[in-house]
Amino acid sequence: MLAKRIIPCLDVKDGVVVKGVKFRNHEIIGDIVPLAKRYAEAGADELVFYDITASSDQRVVDKSWVTKIAQVIDIPFCVAGGIKSIEDAGKILEMGADKISINSPALSNPGLIKELHDTFGQQCVVIGIDSFFNEETGQYEVYQFTGDETRTQKTAWQTIDWVKEVQSHGAGEIVLNCMNQDGVRNGYDIAQLAAVRAVCNVPLIASGGAGEMQHFADVYKQADVDGALAASVFHKAIIDIPQLKAWLSAQGIEMRSKCVLTQ
Amino acid sequence: MSNSLVIVNTGCANIASVKFAFERLGINVDVSDDVKVIAKAQRVLLPGVGSAPAAMSSINRKALADCLRSLTQPTLGVCLGMQLMVTDSQEGEFGKTDLTNGLDLIPGHVKRMQVGNLRLPHMGWNRVTSKYINPLFEGIPDGEHFYFVHSYAIDDYEYTLATCHYSSGKGQILANNINPEVISAEQLKADIGTTFSAAIHKDNFFGVQFHPERSSDAGAQLLKNFIQL
Repeated sequence: MLAKRIIPCLDVKDGVVVKGVKFRNHEIIGDIVPLAKRYAEAGADELVFYDITASSDQRVVDKSWVTKIAQVIDIPFCVAGGIKSIEDAGKILEMGADKISINSPALSNPGLIKELHDTFGQQCVVIGIDSFFNEETGQYEVYQFTGDETRTQKTAWQTIDWVKEVQSHGAGEIVLNCMNQDGVRNGYDIAQLAAVRAVCNVPLIASGGAGEMQHFADVYKQADVDGALAASVFHKAIIDIPQLKAWLSAQGIEMRSKCVLTQ
Repeated sequence: MSNSLVIVNTGCANIASVKFAFERLGINVDVSDDVKVIAKAQRVLLPGVGSAPAAMSSINRKALADCLRSLTQPTLGVCLGMQLMVTDSQEGEFGKTDLTNGLDLIPGHVKRMQVGNLRLPHMGWNRVTSKYINPLFEGIPDGEHFYFVHSYAIDDYEYTLATCHYSSGKGQILANNINPEVISAEQLKADIGTTFSAAIHKDNFFGVQFHPERSSDAGAQLLKNFIQL
């Protein structure tokens, strides 16, 4: 049985880790490599690095930190942000990333998903989806260019339809970021994640809303997600990863524990 | 002097992460597609990310197959690299049903995993159990988690060194208190799950389905064991 994954997300801007609330007001958390190493040693199952400047700026973003991470980290990691082509993805994977995640470029050109699938294999292709619950219409709506407030826009896609669409193009994993919950630590959007789970046959990762340990238990048990992504609760040491994993494990949720070698 | 370890440059694999994993252990690594360099290495690693047909055509284009078949030093195949070690694979070119021939270093067949409505790829950390005491898993307790990413697998068979089980985890619940008639055949398959080869071994050839380079301390120990074989 697969263990449920705990995935710290490191938002990267200009080579440092930052965190904003509802995608705004970014504050600097620290340097990328030491933070990544600390999380790996604490028992994180995977890391996501999200270059938040990339998708909205036209300039070429320096990604040399990917190699440095690959050198020191012994758990899988995914790089998101600013990957718009097969060439972009190839460079990141060559530097040692295990997966690449695309969001806005997939919305602009869904054919890119199949190209990535055919070139690098399904296992590398993660699709990030920024989904907003519109209280007036009761609909889940997909947003684009969320890295830059001035360019953020609603797309024509309903979230459930887009989830089905990306799978038909060969997506290997889906990270669903529930925008209403992002950074506010009120818990994951269980209703939305459960609805997406029902139409998602590839691994599904929950993102947005983690504030306390109970939120992780809820999202694994009630929405059956494969992994839960969180940022501020780990960056601000509100939740300790070893403690979280032990607590979830005690409730019968399959977790990977730290390896104790017998020699 | 020969290099202690050569990673075969198959031309389509993500080699950086495997190379870095050995470097973290302080081991000198050479990446090569030169048959002379590969033949002289003390240890050979066959990496693999990508598809079986693409990797085999790259190996054939580089005329590496005979060299790999003639190796007598400890050789480790990782993920797709392990799948290339056996006789053939059901993973064909997109839309085709032909089998892809492997290197046939170890008899065996790679098949699409049959797991009902369970998610594929089998992606994440799963428990690995050795079938018998062996040097590759020295010091690694049974049930330790390793990182997997794959949709094809080799059954548990005579050359299996260690196994892994993939299921919905509801098999136990099912056995105890659910009437099987109320769930679909696909769900039943998922609940029962499948046991497959997490590692295989014959003579000097070893293969692991998981990624030791991404499997934290357990993976590092396995790579260290491989170097000490």
